[in-house]
Amino acid sequence: MAARTTQRTAAAPSSQLVEMAWDPITRIIGNLGIYTKIDFANRRVAECHSTSSLFRGYSMFMKGKDPRDAGFITSRICGICGDNHTTCSVYAQNMAYGVKPPPLAEWIINLGEAAEYMFDHTIFQDNLVFVDYSAAMVAQTNPSVLARAENTQAPGAGIHGYRTIADIMRSFNPFEGDLYKEALQVSRVTREMFCLMEGRHVHPSTVYPGGVGTMPEPSLITDYLSRLMSILDFVKKSVAMNNDVFDFFYAALPGYEEVGRRRVLLGCWGAWQDPAVCDYRYQTMSEWGRSMYVTPGIVVDGELITTNLVDINLGIRILLGSSFYGDWVNEQPFVTHDPLGNPVDMRHPWNQTTLPEPQKRDFDGKYSWVMSPRWFDRRTGDHLALDTGGGPYARLYTTALAGLVDTPYVTSTGNSVRISLPKSERLPATTLEWKIPPWSNAIERNRARVYFVAYSAAMALYFVERALEGIRSGDTRVFTDFDVPDEAIGCGFHEAVRGVLSHHMVIQDGKIANYHPYPPTPWNGSPRDSYGTPGPYEDAVQDMPIFEENGPDDFKGVDIMRAVRSFDPCLPCGVHMYVGNGRTITHQHSPMLGAQHG
Amino acid sequence: MTTTPTTTEAAAASAPRGFDEMTILWISEGMSCDGDTVSITAATQPAIEDVLLGLVPGLPTVHLHNKVLSPTLGGEEFLAPFRAAVNGDLAPFILVIEGSIPNENINGDGYWTSFGNDLITGEPLTLNWWIDRLAPQAWAVVAIGTCAAYGGIHAMAGNPTGCMGLADYLGWDFRSAGGLPIVNIPGCPVQPDNFMETLTWVLYHAAGAAPPPPLDDLLRPQWLFGRTVHEGCDRGGYYEQGDFARDYNSPKCQVMIGCWGPVVNCNVPKRGWMGGVGGCPNVGGICIGCTMPGFPDKFMPFMDMPPGSSISATLTKPYGALIRRLRGITNTTVNKEPRWRHNGPELTSGYDPRWRPDGRASKVR
Repeated sequence: MAARTTQRTAAAPSSQLVEMAWDPITRIIGNLGIYTKIDFANRRVAECHSTSSLFRGYSMFMKGKDPRDAGFITSRICGICGDNHTTCSVYAQNMAYGVKPPPLAEWIINLGEAAEYMFDHTIFQDNLVFVDYSAAMVAQTNPSVLARAENTQAPGAGIHGYRTIADIMRSFNPFEGDLYKEALQVSRVTREMFCLMEGRHVHPSTVYPGGVGTMPEPSLITDYLSRLMSILDFVKKSVAMNNDVFDFFYAALPGYEEVGRRRVLLGCWGAWQDPAVCDYRYQTMSEWGRSMYVTPGIVVDGELITTNLVDINLGIRILLGSSFYGDWVNEQPFVTHDPLGNPVDMRHPWNQTTLPEPQKRDFDGKYSWVMSPRWFDRRTGDHLALDTGGGPYARLYTTALAGLVDTPYVTSTGNSVRISLPKSERLPATTLEWKIPPWSNAIERNRARVYFVAYSAAMALYFVERALEGIRSGDTRVFTDFDVPDEAIGCGFHEAVRGVLSHHMVIQDGKIANYHPYPPTPWNGSPRDSYGTPGPYEDAVQDMPIFEENGPDDFKGVDIMRAVRSFDPCLPCGVHMYVGNGRTITHQHSPMLGAQHG
Repeated sequence: MTTTPTTTEAAAASAPRGFDEMTILWISEGMSCDGDTVSITAATQPAIEDVLLGLVPGLPTVHLHNKVLSPTLGGEEFLAPFRAAVNGDLAPFILVIEGSIPNENINGDGYWTSFGNDLITGEPLTLNWWIDRLAPQAWAVVAIGTCAAYGGIHAMAGNPTGCMGLADYLGWDFRSAGGLPIVNIPGCPVQPDNFMETLTWVLYHAAGAAPPPPLDDLLRPQWLFGRTVHEGCDRGGYYEQGDFARDYNSPKCQVMIGCWGPVVNCNVPKRGWMGGVGGCPNVGGICIGCTMPGFPDKFMPFMDMPPGSSISATLTKPYGALIRRLRGITNTTVNKEPRWRHNGPELTSGYDPRWRPDGRASKVR
């Protein structure tokens, strides 16, 4: 909860700001603080800073190590999506070593990563996010909304069995609600599915450059498939419950679409390789990138401006401005040109040198351990503060627009994604359609998450069929041997659960000379860059309306927390937000400028 | 909150009384990835919700304050019990630390990691500040994961933060207010049931129903870390027979392609990762020694053969090859059914059919 207001001034209500901070933010992974100034008279957030207070220095202690260790080490970046790092690292290593794993290894990794999405989105949505939408929370923040929910029939009752919206909200109550408890169980079943493919969760044991060590016996797939089928009722039910609750919030709180809203500026780096196309060569990256079962792309104001991983790669810039690091522009570049001969910018991760400079936190200067990744739009010269919409929102958006994914279970229509799930124990065969929403906001990020669980389940069914085909064909190779070259570069592109993930590595003298992982949270949780552009959390919260019924004295900040959590923050991967000590600040002119912190 | 022992003779004569309630203050703001918190939500033996909902008989009522699972919105509401404990207003509590402890003496005005802010100055409070104040008051101190126990991956050679394990920071002879040494539950991440089972033991001890958990000299639970990976690995048979995997396509013993299982204290192959599913070398994943104090530096490069294995594997080969051949012969024999299993006209099993007046076993009809 936010710190209390300690004093009032006689200033005009329209110019009275209250500093409020939440540090640490709960129900996320890692250290995040959100620091805001709130204009209670106008019920808006006037200003927001997001900061992370954890630095461990992976890119520093990886230098000089054996490149093959990178997947094992980088997994430890994150305790909830570490396997995404391992996968991304072996993608980058495959490129650097010039090795293509056998097809079965790719299907096994795809099955593992599908289980990771199902696990992570379920535990985050139902056990972390939904506490903010639970009856227990809404009773404290918007009692009138809960009263209305008691009298609102749930349209999806025939699917999920809850009669009213309030019944659904009660099922979200932490540790006691039925859905909360069921989700914990489902998060275990899906982790068992993951462990079948990648050994253990969250840091895999069986994933290597060149393939996997998982033994591709028929029972491996049977054990996975039977667990997958056992959760399909839950998946179908969850989509219906999510739709009911989110549609209710729009109806009960007119204007709620503004919560957490920002420009549609989305990045997606693609997920799940097709072994028939992917050879891990940089030169063919644009082709195999487009063959991924989630299409990579960048969306600006609703327009898909590229699906080319080479373009995506070359546009990445790591800016500073508010971060605790020295600049590296005067250091030696590692990679002046990519393997296609394109020039590589000094601010690109391949050329980054991390120079930590611990110092006092200053919200008018440097205030976070997170850097500011941006994407350089050559058309306009802008450094775009892309977000991932928590991951699923950007994945569904780019895939829907690209029209490239076409499988029996998931198809892209050009403006939507159709997801078909077969008959399960209780519910019939179901086709779900995710259509591009009018807003990039908190609710649509959350809604996309449950659709992406269905997407992952559907794609897993496809990968099961491909893996069984491979096993029945008798080609059970899962690993291709390789040598580590003395000099090489590589890049890996993958979708972590929370969105874009890239690993850039440089090998010199057979050792790691440079290694920079960029997970989604540095993008989403970045501070203001050298151009003054706020990071996506800051941007989404700043200027946001407040719907909570509490005043400044008992303000909980649930709308702000819903906005932040909709991005699925993961600060070991990236940030930290702070609300101050509830001090009141008076501004006679612009409430946005000149405020003093601390 | 405590059950205060009375001074009456009746009470004194009864078994030592423990606590009816216990608070767990869990700080994951070390050099951490929160992977241990995430891991324990996979446990089923017992499950975290079972402990919190009182479904394990004999435990105190448990109040958990963990950032990831907290029902609060965060900030001061979440920090309130931590601040109360610092002020001496909350007891008893178990302090759980996740992540290694950075060296904050080397970074000037800055900080490597923080947990909340100073209420007066608004400056970040470091993890170390909290440990200095909470550890001496804690009834028990638990280090979850290899980072908190021994430093782990973030204490790798070349790291900028100079981080270390909790015992390196507090001293290996540290004793909590409850008289316990630090309880280390290593693993990267911690095996889910290993942590929940250790916590359960500590809670039984808090309830007065169990002795302190038996720990080894590295402060690990003996019943979980007393044996090696290899001793519980179902690929160990291949080792004995000198039959080794040459690459990761093989179901055989992986010591020649990076597995350190023979010298690592860990129960994962024996126990499985969760629900008996998954693991490390038992399912094709080399043991990288992630539960050990020497992790990771003493095990890298992970995919190379451990130096010791080159000797032992070489020594095992001639003996193993012989044994494998002999076992092959026996295996061929035991793969054949005895010859009396047939559908012939006579019983040849050796049974004497005394119920046949003529003593013949055949021609029933």
